[in-house]
Amino acid sequence: MEKLLVLVVDDEPGIRSGICRILRNYTVGFPFMEEDFGFDIHEAATGEEAISFIQENKTDIMLLDNKLPGILGIDVLEYVSKNKYDIQVMMITSYASLELAVTATKNGAYNFVPKPFVPQELKAAMESITKHLYLKRMTKKMTENDKELRHQFLSVLSHELKSPINAVEGYMNMMRERQAGDKLEDYDQMIERSLLRMKGMRSLISDMLDLTRIESGQNNRHLQEVDLFDVSKFAIDTFEPLAKQKNIKIYLDAPESILMKADRQEMEIIFNNLISNAVKYNKENGQIYIIIKDLGNAVNIIIEDTGIGMSADDITKLFHEFVRIKNLSTKDIVGTGLGLSIVKKIVEIYNGNIDVSSNSGKGSTFTITLPRY
Amino acid sequence: MKTNNKKVLIADDDPDFLTFMEVNTKLMGFEVHAVTSQKEAEEQLTLFKPDLAIFDLMMENKDSGFILSHKLKKLYPDVPVIIATAVTAETGLVFGLNSPGERSWIKADRYIDKSLRPDQLQKEINSLMK
Repeated sequence: MEKLLVLVVDDEPGIRSGICRILRNYTVGFPFMEEDFGFDIHEAATGEEAISFIQENKTDIMLLDNKLPGILGIDVLEYVSKNKYDIQVMMITSYASLELAVTATKNGAYNFVPKPFVPQELKAAMESITKHLYLKRMTKKMTENDKELRHQFLSVLSHELKSPINAVEGYMNMMRERQAGDKLEDYDQMIERSLLRMKGMRSLISDMLDLTRIESGQNNRHLQEVDLFDVSKFAIDTFEPLAKQKNIKIYLDAPESILMKADRQEMEIIFNNLISNAVKYNKENGQIYIIIKDLGNAVNIIIEDTGIGMSADDITKLFHEFVRIKNLSTKDIVGTGLGLSIVKKIVEIYNGNIDVSSNSGKGSTFTITLPRY
Repeated sequence: MKTNNKKVLIADDDPDFLTFMEVNTKLMGFEVHAVTSQKEAEEQLTLFKPDLAIFDLMMENKDSGFILSHKLKKLYPDVPVIIATAVTAETGLVFGLNSPGERSWIKADRYIDKSLRPDQLQKEINSLMK
């Protein structure tokens, strides 16, 4: 059980010992919290004592009387808020005026308990303040985690954006210095590479836009009846030229019309990414089978290739951002490492599911199930 | 020039950086043997003794550069090795060759970051070839 440090500030010893008695064996639990909270109670008779106590001890909750012999409770509260202590303060006072209440609230007091109080009132107030404190800390923790992930993402992204610039810059410098010869032909390969890297950068930027669009939430989504047969046809037409270069055949097995309430652009992203991967990671003379099945309350999209496949270890990393499977057979394939993480995000928006099965050297099968609304 | 007719073995799976290294070492007077994988580099090591080796850290294995350095030093203890890496930019991991502990398991003589300029590369190589 986690113990919260509670400081009771009151000049009347009777009140302090009364509060200690009520809270000593009291615990607070909620279904969503991992463990119950108990209270470790300390006492202070004056505001000055209270301040020196919180300077020394990490205090979670303060029960604060306003009418104290030296500085007032409200001054202690002001000190807490000014110095940004992470302490939840509950005012316990018999002479509560509206003015006092307003000042206290302004300085972040969580609530008021009028004096005298019955044990049940104090317990209810403690329960509420504990829950508030817990949620506040959880929120802070989650925001920090988010920030850290965001930072990681941005640093990898900036590396991914910088590396094509470095490469192109390097080639430009070599050309300016005529380092590989005096004829333009001497630089053909460098020009090809520069164009390829710039193309890669362009797709990275467009993947980034897809990703931000998805992450920005529902705002820009346009749900309508989309014919997945059309969408798949369109995607196949897009990648047919690329497939022809490697003599890859694409087969589509789907009903003439398969309607689903969806955002058309999102469906296009799914098909484009998976078909483009099936082409890129395929072998010469390979095949791609696209199967769409109407399951009534759901739709199944299966994309199967006869490509290089992957190991079980690779599959576990596959949907992470910027992960590209790196081995001898993939080293000449360009990609941003964002495609599959985008596909997965979209599938999750639809409460769907994506599965991969793969045989190293034989091919991979991606199966998506999208429930119908 | 002291690097004339000397052989350098370069292994890197990033074709752009490989070209950069190839062009620059050629200009320094090296006979360049460039390969794009750990496997090919291992084959090359059985065929000739280079005067200098430059290995990328992460190729088909995450520690390709370390393995290659180790194998090279076993065959030819006197050949200097440079490990070129973008690993710090990619992962935030920092390796160094400063402590005896690191020197005991990383069998390389220099670390270079892949974002270095041609003049820095020449300086590093010259300091090793003395």
